[in-house]
Amino acid sequence: MRSLLKRLFFLVAVAVAAFSPVAWAQLSIEITGGGANRLPIAIVPFAGEGAIPPGIASIVRADLERSGLFRALETPPLVPALTEASPVNFPEWRSRLADALVLGSVAVLPDGRFEVRFRVFDVVKQATLGGVAYTLNKNQVRATAHRISDYIYEKLTGEKGVFSTRIAYVLKRGPRYELQIADADGAGAETALASLEPIISPAWSPDGRRLAYVSFEQKKPVVYVHSLQSGQRQVAANFKGSNSAPAWSPDGAKLAVALSREGGSQIFIVNPDGSSPRRLMSSTSIDTEPVFSPDGQFIYFTSDRGGSPQIYRMPANGGDAQRVTFDGTYNVSARISPDGKNLAYIARNSGRFQVAMLDLGARQVQVLTDSDKDESPSFSPNGRMILLATVIGGRGILSAVSSDGRVKQRLTVTGGDVREPAWGPYIKE
Amino acid sequence: MRALWISLLAATLLAACAGSPPDEQAGASVEDRKPGAVKPPAAGQTQPVPGGNVARVDLTQPKPPAGYSILRDPKSILSKRSVYFDLDSYTIKDEYRPLVEAHAKYLRENPTAKVLIQGNTDERGGREYNLALGQKRADAMKRMILLLGAKEEQVEAVSLGEEKPKAQGSTDEAYAENRRDDILYGGEY
Repeated sequence: MRSLLKRLFFLVAVAVAAFSPVAWAQLSIEITGGGANRLPIAIVPFAGEGAIPPGIASIVRADLERSGLFRALETPPLVPALTEASPVNFPEWRSRLADALVLGSVAVLPDGRFEVRFRVFDVVKQATLGGVAYTLNKNQVRATAHRISDYIYEKLTGEKGVFSTRIAYVLKRGPRYELQIADADGAGAETALASLEPIISPAWSPDGRRLAYVSFEQKKPVVYVHSLQSGQRQVAANFKGSNSAPAWSPDGAKLAVALSREGGSQIFIVNPDGSSPRRLMSSTSIDTEPVFSPDGQFIYFTSDRGGSPQIYRMPANGGDAQRVTFDGTYNVSARISPDGKNLAYIARNSGRFQVAMLDLGARQVQVLTDSDKDESPSFSPNGRMILLATVIGGRGILSAVSSDGRVKQRLTVTGGDVREPAWGPYIKE
Repeated sequence: MRALWISLLAATLLAACAGSPPDEQAGASVEDRKPGAVKPPAAGQTQPVPGGNVARVDLTQPKPPAGYSILRDPKSILSKRSVYFDLDSYTIKDEYRPLVEAHAKYLRENPTAKVLIQGNTDERGGREYNLALGQKRADAMKRMILLLGAKEEQVEAVSLGEEKPKAQGSTDEAYAENRRDDILYGGEY
């Protein structure tokens, strides 16, 4: 009876923690669809994790659940608390229907910092899959939890996790536009730029240290490159007319942009400091939204040269363009998957703007969303999810959908419109 | 929207103040008037009532335009500054030809005058594609004005895409209002 009460109390505590408005969370995430076969995993609260709130295990649990690939099991605190060094009673965890198990502990170091140790187990094979120890201070709890999530995710799925990556987006509140950077789960948002004029099209440099974007602060679109750590900004393109649609080359040495300096909207290559603009091709139609293929060999872009906006592809050094999309009369905002095999873009279907995915090899198109004002798709660095902006109930929100369309998440902000998301690269150590 | 404009204006005015030469910042001159110095007004004349010594600076109100300008005279076609477009189109309709011709004539006759043409779109579709579409609309007007004799250096065509909607909301009326080119003369932006 006592243990039942204890368990009940634990459940209530988890429920309260899950639904209380947390101070660090600006974006809140709601999972609106999940994969059919989610791996059941038990993530036991780490022994001693109360020393560094908010609980590491709960952040890991939320990360893994959000991926749509895992189902976290209820794990009441056990007395005495289990640690990564405890002997594991595999048959008991199996009877709780867990396929995988995570145990860990938090210790205070003599210098006042903390050490987190954890271990991942395959319950079915009754084997340990590995473990790591991290040293951290109190401000690194969330970052550490995301790293643990990345480790577990990679051990169990075989692909890299993206829980430690960051996203950029524009938050519009009243007359203010803020370019914000947040963790991939929407927590820890920081404002990189606040302006009274629109900001659009943020694009991460491949090293994740800089953002290129378009700001209207000079009463017209101008492309800037912004160093996140220093806040230093550099004009990358401010020619006569409009300057927009920045995209980084995979080596970070060049930017492709759309300029109207010679009339129309034409694609140029410039250095990130704005020097040496070079026109890539000449057309009398709209050419915009350039994006490099991951190998840097090609540039995909939007053009209305065939009478309606469609995605085209051309060699990055210039040359003939080939049409890539053929379905429908409005296909824009192309993004290439990190493996170069798929193209995500916005397609208009009977007046609804939705994220579509084109398999470049099989030439098959799949519509991934059922919203109707989708914009600005961007791939997670592992290619599994696509972040996008959409409008629900008259409010701009961010949404994420898995590349197979099965997992869906929503990220909303109270009292503002969120738009123009861009998923950042893996953080290199 | 109104609040936005006011803040923008305030920012512009502040910037303008910051850039003023030092002698303009010396403070308003105060006329020394001894009580007995005021002569009684002649018949049929009125004098302003002497007020306090504090000049009111109100940044929340739009700056009144300096003097008369035919560009702002409601009776002149030059005060008409907007042309409207059909969906997905960047063709200037015939009904706007007299308006464009009038502005081209003004630029021909005033070679130091400059204009900024801002192309706009409705909110539907991609932001960057709309930016390009707005550019095409602004370019169409620029090309027409240049063909009618204005000089290249007098005209800049830019796009605001869907980013600065004049009409809010997602109605056909709002969309039609936002598919638009605006002509702004130097000093108006």
